[in-house]
Amino acid sequence: MLTKRIIACLDVHGGRVVKGVQFVDLVDAGDPAALAARHAREGADEIVLLDITATHEKRQTLLDTVRRTARELFVPFAVGGGIRSARDAEQVFDAGADKVSINSAALADPGLIDAIGRSFGAQAVVVAIDARRDPVAADPVRDAQVYVQGGRKPAGRRVVEWAREAEARGAGEILLTSMDADGTRAGFDCELTAAVSEAVSIPVIASGGAGTVAHFVDVFARGKADAALAASIFHFGISSARSLKQELAKAGVPVRLPC
Amino acid sequence: MRVTVIDYKAGNLTSVLKALRHLGAEAEVTDGPGPVQSAERIVLPGVGHFAATERLDANGLTPAIRAAIARSVPFLGICVGMQWLFAGSSEAPAQPGLAQFAEVCTRFPEGSEKVPHVGWNSLEVSPRSHLLAGVQSGEFVYFTHSYKAPVTENTAAVTHYIEPFAAAVEERNVMGVQFHPEKSGATGLRILQNFLEWKPKESAC
Repeated sequence: MLTKRIIACLDVHGGRVVKGVQFVDLVDAGDPAALAARHAREGADEIVLLDITATHEKRQTLLDTVRRTARELFVPFAVGGGIRSARDAEQVFDAGADKVSINSAALADPGLIDAIGRSFGAQAVVVAIDARRDPVAADPVRDAQVYVQGGRKPAGRRVVEWAREAEARGAGEILLTSMDADGTRAGFDCELTAAVSEAVSIPVIASGGAGTVAHFVDVFARGKADAALAASIFHFGISSARSLKQELAKAGVPVRLPC
Repeated sequence: MRVTVIDYKAGNLTSVLKALRHLGAEAEVTDGPGPVQSAERIVLPGVGHFAATERLDANGLTPAIRAAIARSVPFLGICVGMQWLFAGSSEAPAQPGLAQFAEVCTRFPEGSEKVPHVGWNSLEVSPRSHLLAGVQSGEFVYFTHSYKAPVTENTAAVTHYIEPFAAAVEERNVMGVQFHPEKSGATGLRILQNFLEWKPKESAC
């Protein structure tokens, strides 16, 4: 049976992990390679590394980080942040990533999705969407808006429609972050996740709002998510991806166990 | 041990090379038939569209691989590289495969489930498989694909998604996996290790 994926996300700044550090009993608290290896060892189904302050100047730092992180990692590995061209993507793949996550650059130039997909296959292209419900719209979920620049600026696109376009252009997966839910620990935005998941045939990764095991159960059932991103999974008394998955299995969610 | 990895511009090779080298193999990459003629082991990776295998014909790799297989050189196709072992795929009907296996790969039927099939799914392993020796039924591996090969007598492992399909095939020195062993954790590395250690049996014919 196809299982629901638990994806561990590392937010990286200048080559160091900057989120979730103080809550985790780590061997090397800020090192992405050590953390990624630990997450993989402890049952994460996939690793995502997001360079949250990627700039052109920091490209080399990112590539070095990707190379070091990928070296001993034998689960799927996605990298996002500052990938603005097919050439950028190629460098990240050469450094050892299996997928790239593109966000603002895809909105600025949707043809980038086609270009990367053509060269590296759809499975290598994750389109990340930062979404916020539109409270004044008739249907706040169906009319949810896409945001760029770390959520500061509306992109003038509706989430469901943009997800459909991304799929049509050759995206392999959608990484959907609810900005309303992000950081609240009050649960994923299941309505929004379901709206996107039902609109596309490619997998949807839910992100933002995780606080309890029940939230994951909910986003897989009601939210129809294919995977869930856990950036700060260890904040909530969940000691590892494995223990989260053991709880999910008890709740009837198909997960990869033992892992 | 030396492994020749074939590059036909069907996706990135970094992960496959990394896994093979992690296991101690000396992996060389080629896009032409020369190194295939003296290859000790051959890996044909590949993601994306079946039409990409056209380049194997254009670059003279197809006859070189066919000859290597006839010399009992161990061969492993991964993902599209496995599908190429079949007669063809409905993804690119005009492009023939190697036809080591007579069947044709087809797309998952549209319906309630998503296509592509992406993620970790479990194997039902044939006890006769050498490639999957030591891998238990129920172990998980990582898939990402929309087309699949049918279950036949050469199927070494079956996976269920919408319907049963061939997750692995094996006929003596010719092996293929639909999943990505290089991305399938300890189970995947075990399978690659089995491939690297595979020896033709004197009794096999």
